[in-house]
Amino acid sequence: MEVVRLHVNGDDHVCGVPAHYTLLEALRYGLGLTGSKQGCDKGDCGACTVIVDGRAILSCITPVWEAEGRDVRTVEGLANGTELHPVQDEFDLNGAAQCGFCTPGILCSSVALLDRNPSPSRDEIRVALAGNLCRCTGYEKIYDAVEAAAGRLDP
Amino acid sequence: MTKRNGARGGEDGFSTIGRPMRKVDGLAKATGRARYTDDIRLPGMLHGKILRSPHPHARIVAIDTSRAEALEGVHAAVTGRDMPTTYGIIPWTPDEYPLCVDRVRYIGDGVAAVAAVDEDTANAALGLIDVTYEELPAYLDPHEAIAADSGPYIHEPRKPGWNGNITKVVKLAFGDVEAGLEDADLVVEGDYFFEGTTHTPIEPHCAIGLAEGNGKLTVWSATQVPHYLHRELARVLDVDPAQVRVIQPPVGGAFGGKSEPFDLEFCVAKLSMKTGRPVKILYTREEVFYSHRGRHPFHMRYRTGATRDGMLTAVDSEIVMDGGAYASFGLVTTYYSGQLLTAPYQMPAYSFHSTRAYTNKPACGPKRGHGSVQPRFAFEVQLDRIAERLSIDPIELRRRNFIGSNTRTVNDLRVTSNGFLECLDEVERASDWKRKYRRLPFGRGVGVAGSTYITGTNYPVYPNDMPQSGIQLQVDRSGRVAVFSGASEIGQGVDSMVTYIVAEELGVPLEHVRVLAGDTDFTPVDLGAYSSRVTFMLGNACIEAARKLKAKVREAVAAEWGAKPGEVLLAGGLAVRAGDTGTSMPLRVAFNLAEAMFGTLGATGSYNTPKDVHGTYRGATIGASPAYSFTAHVAEVEVDVETGFVTVEKIWIAHDCGRALNPVLVAGQMEGSAYMGFAEALMEEQIFKTADQGRAGLHNAPSLLDYRIPTSLDTPALESLIVESIDPEGPYGAKEAGEGPLHPSIPAIANAIHDAVGVRMDSLPFSPPRVWRALQAAPRDSWRTVLTDSVRAAGVGGAK
Repeated sequence: MEVVRLHVNGDDHVCGVPAHYTLLEALRYGLGLTGSKQGCDKGDCGACTVIVDGRAILSCITPVWEAEGRDVRTVEGLANGTELHPVQDEFDLNGAAQCGFCTPGILCSSVALLDRNPSPSRDEIRVALAGNLCRCTGYEKIYDAVEAAAGRLDP
Repeated sequence: MTKRNGARGGEDGFSTIGRPMRKVDGLAKATGRARYTDDIRLPGMLHGKILRSPHPHARIVAIDTSRAEALEGVHAAVTGRDMPTTYGIIPWTPDEYPLCVDRVRYIGDGVAAVAAVDEDTANAALGLIDVTYEELPAYLDPHEAIAADSGPYIHEPRKPGWNGNITKVVKLAFGDVEAGLEDADLVVEGDYFFEGTTHTPIEPHCAIGLAEGNGKLTVWSATQVPHYLHRELARVLDVDPAQVRVIQPPVGGAFGGKSEPFDLEFCVAKLSMKTGRPVKILYTREEVFYSHRGRHPFHMRYRTGATRDGMLTAVDSEIVMDGGAYASFGLVTTYYSGQLLTAPYQMPAYSFHSTRAYTNKPACGPKRGHGSVQPRFAFEVQLDRIAERLSIDPIELRRRNFIGSNTRTVNDLRVTSNGFLECLDEVERASDWKRKYRRLPFGRGVGVAGSTYITGTNYPVYPNDMPQSGIQLQVDRSGRVAVFSGASEIGQGVDSMVTYIVAEELGVPLEHVRVLAGDTDFTPVDLGAYSSRVTFMLGNACIEAARKLKAKVREAVAAEWGAKPGEVLLAGGLAVRAGDTGTSMPLRVAFNLAEAMFGTLGATGSYNTPKDVHGTYRGATIGASPAYSFTAHVAEVEVDVETGFVTVEKIWIAHDCGRALNPVLVAGQMEGSAYMGFAEALMEEQIFKTADQGRAGLHNAPSLLDYRIPTSLDTPALESLIVESIDPEGPYGAKEAGEGPLHPSIPAIANAIHDAVGVRMDSLPFSPPRVWRALQAAPRDSWRTVLTDSVRAAGVGGAK
């Protein structure tokens, strides 16, 4: 066991983890933040996507040590208190989550996109989500949700 | 018949049904709060791992787990001898053990399992299990498996005259097929191959077992069939079923891949019984590929006869199915391969002869559109060939052969509502078909295909006369309605569906409905999320329960007002007196009055299928359904002749779902289905290495990088066109939407490739090498432009 210090969703955590843990394992098994998902084992599916220093990254292939001293945001930290991020609300309204297992990762990729580009084109959304596999929706409703969320963001 | 494309509400007198609405679990899923099986962590929980066979076919001579059990941190090990009872989802073909007892049948077959303090220790322990194998010859090709005349076979022969590599043979004929082919002006013959594909839900299988020491056994599992799992756990582990509890948390995708018991569910239960601790097993992605139960590879030969006017005269098929190592649903698959082809087109005569072979590969089973996606591909390409040869527009050809509504198919399936013609109209209009078909520049083309699918199987997998679906409602004093539902939420929206129905019937706001689902301790039985049965069956059960409750509430309120029960309306959170809107009370008060009059308020509802919907011949019940959905697609493609790379630009999806209870969810099912069909058409292959490729029977690429499923950049634009035929027996007229809309994607794309470049693609997937080779094999002058002209000139050409 090693001690790692993480800054997740605005909180500082001290967490004991095996030295080989990934960020995903530390989030899920160390901190109990189970929103981020494990869908493959090696960075293929994107279900583990979280936002680190503003960039969407794959937490399942990020050694936990690389996240020390950085700002980590997970799906649990996208809402502002009781106020949902518009993309969360629009996912619900547009039926963009079916089984919901890829959803946390796709939300993180979407928020990272909207933070740097508040009015993306549909093609820009497609590119931003290219690392997130969804097996349920065929992606259309996800694009709809991200577009609608962009329309609700302050310019 | 109504048609529409998108949101609507308030028509037909509904307050809730037909409107776009949020899902009841939408917020939980959008905030990360939804707790899937692997998100559950119980105090003292151990982690299990399963040791898997490195051989495609071998005898187990000896297994020694003593070194593994001696490892610090290991709490228990189990082998097949701890659970020596066969099981199988179909009661007539139990041919699997939870862990192999004396024989392994594919690379990945489970042979032993351990429970340890953590995952790392469990993995280390697997390396300390000593298994001695005696290798046996492996069968990888279904034709060779069927032809083998001496053992050792993969299983014991099931019937005299069969070798042990045959799961099932079905041979059925309806009408005089040979006469129909003889009388035809044109007979088209074709050979087709549908490669195997697998479900790849993003959530890997996961289960947790908890034996409490007092005989009670609880298993949490990412399953689509908690009831069947409950039964099999009790039977195989020799536990009183009354002591078993199966809890199904939200499931992260399934598509048929979680619709039978798997080794991990038995192992977590047995390991917990041995240790007294909760035990979790989470499959690796690699293990998900081994567990499989996906689409069978089909080798198909079709003969299709038609008159000069394009009317079908007879259809005949010969199908060999590559089933993998175990039966799974294979008995049903073998029937479905023929039984589900007989609509939406009229066939005067039809026969099929299907054989399912065992091979030493992971078992195939039901994937979205179970057993009927493969023949539908072949048959719809056959129709395109007929249209081409007769110079009839392919949509027109399909219209001419429309079977109609309220009729029987040639194999005696009862068809009620049927919106197929409207589906064809919709895709023709939306795709601008008339301006595109045969008129786009070389390399670009459009194709059409149609299909039908069941709305639930008419019979459960084990024979019984009890309802297929049940529900229980309970009203509390705050005005809230609790729905106890045994149905499996796998993302399709079943928990939302019952919420909409309760709100519609009782007038309560959606937020006053609570769904308590997927726990066999307190929910009535629903057979599971398979065969597109849930909306139809559970929906009808829910309507029945809600109407029983409504009658009590109206009676109690009527007594209060001195009115007749029929004058009491429940809507908008109120009880209102008809014709006197000034007289009303909150529903909470109305419920309180009813509780005072009748005692604790609750109601149950159930649904069972009508039994007069099929013939009486052997096998007539398989393929029978209380209703059938209908679909038509148009696909538009671009083919790069230099590389063979096919780009699907767009798929227009028109689907007759009876009635869209929530059009957002229906469109989501349609798009997800079309996406999955597109993926099978162009990209996906569950394939295995041969001896020449280094290791016979080894999965070619058990990862989500190498087994390619479409990303956002691969997936075409998808447009949903909802058609509503209002089924006479469906809940508010609803039928299925989750599986039917997959079928036409594949033949529509094949037919579009032909329209684009004049080359027929008869083997899946239409990957660049296959398309390129097909283009190279075809003489240049047969490429489309010339071909089109020659066909036009020839008129009805080349009969027989």
